[in-house]
Amino acid sequence: MTEPASASAEPLAIHLTDIVKRFGAVLANDCASLQVRRGEIHSLVGENGAGKSTLMRVLSGMYEPQAGRMEVNGRDVTGWSTAQAIEAGVGMVHQHFMLVPTLTVAENVTLGREITRGGQLDRERAIRDVRALSERTGLTVRAEQRVSELSVGEAQRVEILKALYRGARILILDEPTAVLSPPEIEELWTVLRGMRDRGETIVLITHKLDEVMAISDTITVMRHGRTVERLRTADTTPAAIARAMVGRDVQLVPDQSAGRAPTQPPIDRIGASTLLTVEDLHVSSTSRANAVAGVSFTIAPGEILGIAGVEGNGQSELLDALAGFRPSRGRVAIDGRDLTDLSVKQRGDAGLSHIPEDRHLRGLILDYSVADNLILGQQHRFTRGGGRLDEPRIHANAARQISDYDIRPRNAALPARALSGGNQQKIVIAREMARPFQVLLAAQPTRGVDVGAIEFIHARLRSARDAGKAILLVSADLAEVLALSDRIAVMYGGRFVVVLPRAEASPEVLGPYMTGADRGDGSRAA
Amino acid sequence: MTMLVLAFLAQTLRIAIPYLFAAMGGVMSERSGMIGLTLEGYMLGGAFCAALGAYYSGSAWVGVIAGAAGGLALGMLYAVSCIRFRGDQVVVGIAINLLASGATRFFLKLVFGSSANSPRVSGFNAHQTGSGLTALAQNPLVWLGVGSVLVIAWLIYRTPFGLRVRAVGEHPSAAQSVGISVSKVRYLAVGLSGILAGLGGVYLALDQHQFTTEMTAGRGFIALAATIFGRWDPARAGLACLLFAAAETLQIQLQGSQSIPTQFVEMIPYLLTIIALAGVVGRAVPPAALGKVDSAA
Amino acid sequence: MVSIDKVEITPAPPSAKPTLAASGWMTRAQEAVLPPVVALLIAAVVGDVLILSYGQSPGTVYRLLIEGTWANAYGFGQVLYKTTTLTFTGLAVAIGLRAGLFNIGAEGQLAAGGFLAALVGLVLPHGLPALLTLPLYFVVAAIGGGVVGAVPGALKARFGAHEVITTIMLNFVVLALLNYFTAAHLAVAGTLHTNAIHSGMLSRLASFWNGFHGSAANLVLLIAVAVTIGAWWYLFRMRGGFELRAVGLQPEAAEYGGVNVGRVWITAMTLSGAIAGIGGLNFVLGYKGYYEDGFASGAGFMGIAVAIVGRSHPVGVLLAALLFATISQGGLAVNALVPQQIVDVLQAVVIIAVAASVPEVRRVLRTAAGRAAASLRTA
Repeated sequence: MTEPASASAEPLAIHLTDIVKRFGAVLANDCASLQVRRGEIHSLVGENGAGKSTLMRVLSGMYEPQAGRMEVNGRDVTGWSTAQAIEAGVGMVHQHFMLVPTLTVAENVTLGREITRGGQLDRERAIRDVRALSERTGLTVRAEQRVSELSVGEAQRVEILKALYRGARILILDEPTAVLSPPEIEELWTVLRGMRDRGETIVLITHKLDEVMAISDTITVMRHGRTVERLRTADTTPAAIARAMVGRDVQLVPDQSAGRAPTQPPIDRIGASTLLTVEDLHVSSTSRANAVAGVSFTIAPGEILGIAGVEGNGQSELLDALAGFRPSRGRVAIDGRDLTDLSVKQRGDAGLSHIPEDRHLRGLILDYSVADNLILGQQHRFTRGGGRLDEPRIHANAARQISDYDIRPRNAALPARALSGGNQQKIVIAREMARPFQVLLAAQPTRGVDVGAIEFIHARLRSARDAGKAILLVSADLAEVLALSDRIAVMYGGRFVVVLPRAEASPEVLGPYMTGADRGDGSRAA
Repeated sequence: MTMLVLAFLAQTLRIAIPYLFAAMGGVMSERSGMIGLTLEGYMLGGAFCAALGAYYSGSAWVGVIAGAAGGLALGMLYAVSCIRFRGDQVVVGIAINLLASGATRFFLKLVFGSSANSPRVSGFNAHQTGSGLTALAQNPLVWLGVGSVLVIAWLIYRTPFGLRVRAVGEHPSAAQSVGISVSKVRYLAVGLSGILAGLGGVYLALDQHQFTTEMTAGRGFIALAATIFGRWDPARAGLACLLFAAAETLQIQLQGSQSIPTQFVEMIPYLLTIIALAGVVGRAVPPAALGKVDSAA
Repeated sequence: MVSIDKVEITPAPPSAKPTLAASGWMTRAQEAVLPPVVALLIAAVVGDVLILSYGQSPGTVYRLLIEGTWANAYGFGQVLYKTTTLTFTGLAVAIGLRAGLFNIGAEGQLAAGGFLAALVGLVLPHGLPALLTLPLYFVVAAIGGGVVGAVPGALKARFGAHEVITTIMLNFVVLALLNYFTAAHLAVAGTLHTNAIHSGMLSRLASFWNGFHGSAANLVLLIAVAVTIGAWWYLFRMRGGFELRAVGLQPEAAEYGGVNVGRVWITAMTLSGAIAGIGGLNFVLGYKGYYEDGFASGAGFMGIAVAIVGRSHPVGVLLAALLFATISQGGLAVNALVPQQIVDVLQAVVIIAVAASVPEVRRVLRTAAGRAAASLRTA
């Protein structure tokens, strides 16, 4: 471990020692530590689930640790509340903004600490104070503007102003650039550097290594709830950081079907042998105008195209648009049949199956029985004579799926709510793969699923591929993408920045594309 | 001619006062995120308690206090059921109205031995002269009613409490993240709405010098219509109240002339509200957290 | 984010979980039944207080209530009559709730259905057999209520207008309109009711069982039972009901399941209004034989209580309708001792208590089930 240069006599701004935080059976922080000096920008990096956000929420008072010691500026603050943390100058800016859209910037910033004169709100002074703060810190916003009219970048600035207004001298930012465009990111860096130069302390929770290199002074790497490495940015490289993030025991999960020569259809060959065709797809979401900014690709029968990439780069919107939940511009076709104006149900009938990324929101109706969930989306096919549900067939279907996919407990009448996460996911997968389909959209298919079930699901996906289906796989788990895909695309900023055959892909090759270090020029020709 | 106009205005104002009180209550409650179906119940409860208080004390002002307290009590029942126990606001709201209706009639029988009305109570006696405006001017509740619009507008837009009410009604999580107690704000807002709508009932009872069963006759819902039609803004809601009252006055004065049947005039507030909600003349968008208590409370 | 290792996940819980499996269904049954039980207990306490404040003994009053309702045939007949109307309005609200919608307009829908039926009855020739006219009345009443229900449904689907407000407002509009037509054009002089229908009156139950003599109970009760069964069949055995319930439980998942949510809203509200409209037949066909302004007398709003206490299940609705009808009729029976308005108070208390206890009961039961499951895992 590389220690930073010997600390000065001044106490550390943040000193967390052996923090343990448990949520039921899940150990989110396993004796995690953190040391941050005053007046530095510190990046806290790690994979999804490494425990970074949890640790910072412990620091900011949202959670109370089961064990460990917390010191801020030399003072013991273990187990304090958010109110105390705010009083002491520790402010956290969350990923999801907490701003009231109908109120102005000044009102949002001063909410809870309103400036009054004679019992009344002193609007003018609030605006003046907020404007002064905004100018002093370089966080340019118009204090009188309604928050609903702000851009995402401006809204974030308001969130930071909120923390600073309350006297925050230690600022924690959780994935701040997730929703920003490149110029907005640059503006944020300018602001943060200014703050640091004035002696404030900043902790950035992030996984984007290009940004880590660009902005931070020091880095802490977390893995599996522990702190594994402390680095000085000047003395390290993205590769070294990545290695620390994933650990020395790098194990590439080998392609299971060792004896099989994977078919390598030429990339971008639009011809007779494509099942899914997507041309110049643009999708907007409420938070971004260009969540998907011109994506084109094809998938041939008997092929799995995996999309690697950090969540939030347009993958969800892409899948939503393909499934028919979101409007989009561009062309989508299955086996030559244009899907562009078809509803969700019609796309399903046209041969499109979809494993949604949020099974609790979309994939299952938790209060419906397992049997009912196994026909969701197909209920019109399980009727007999005049709209009556065909119970015998529904139950036979359920029995078959429960048996084929080893869904436990083996009781088709149970509400889906009563099953474990892995078994719930099996319901979704059983259903989506049992219906007649040609193209399968699989989003985070093994999220929250226990290890045994993961292998099972992977085997099913492979056999579907071998049977000639086309599968679009989106997963935040790179190992999964590498294990299953025939071709891999990396999505960053709403675009495919590179598309590679499996043989050419590895974490080292893909890493730079995924973290934005290499923006790519688009797909490379075969 | 001027006499007719003045009489029209006086009549309109007289009809509008209960609406104004209750609509301000509606604004307070709904702005904080609590649905205002209960205004009718608060009004009825306030009217009964006012008659009770005024009768036993001989003083109209005691009636006012009693009526406000009655409205407040119903408001607190609503608030506790929905905030502490997370009961559904629509269901509890309708039940509060039923409770007010049944309880007022039960206690009317119990205390006054009547199934129809209370004995006569003293109101703010005024001498009816000319157009009636002077009589109204001598009734403190009239001033309070009109004043309530100004007070609530000031409260909502110019005080920290009002700011917090608006925040809580739009984005309770944001309010909670800065340390505001969402529950406390809602309890206060609902309490205030109970008092205000209760005062609307007080006015009715003291103006008619007695309590009659179901005397509110749907006024609470008209006040809710005014709240919505006025887009939850006190001044606009106040104007809506005047508009609805004017239509009623017009209909009363035209009663003999067969031009527009009463029932159609009755419908006006409700039709206007439906139209406002459908967005035919600009959409009426309610506070975002209206009716949802799961968030943050 | 570069990720090679899988994140460590705790081992899967043992697959045979009898407690968890049992708690799945038992919890749901408990969640459904406990709130009404708790509510009745609270109502009983409040009732005792009110009765005592009137100087009477609760025991005497409750006995009188039973005697006046279930213990004598006339009283029971009245209970059945009220149950009939409440079943229709309760089902109407329940179907709306199952789709996630709040239909507060059952009162207006009920009146509209009855009104339209009465109108048709005025243009029919005299002397037609009831068997022939009943289908016509049924359809007409359904259309009357269905149209009134469809409007808020469409407003919600198209404009996102909250159905609570639109149904309430439309209620007033419809009732005012019906009042106008009746008072201005159709009423028999000196009354607020129309002329009698020309054919198709349904017999009172009294003509079959002498004991019911004098009570208003009539054959529309059988229609109520049939519609209850039909509602149950639709909700739980038909694809349309499957989709409707899905929309009420998780609209996003329903959408994912190919359901057109907006169309379901319109269908649900129309169906809801139609059922309420059919309820109007109880008065028009079974009791008085004409439309009378105000005949609904609060049954539409009481239907909300019935649906809530009946937990939006057709069988529960029928039982709850019986309960509320008993309380309502019981009020009349105890009027000698205690003001009959005590039942209004008790009904309101029941509703508030059910509404307040549903989330609480759910929370308590789910925490207990979660703790049981967790202890199994760590054992």
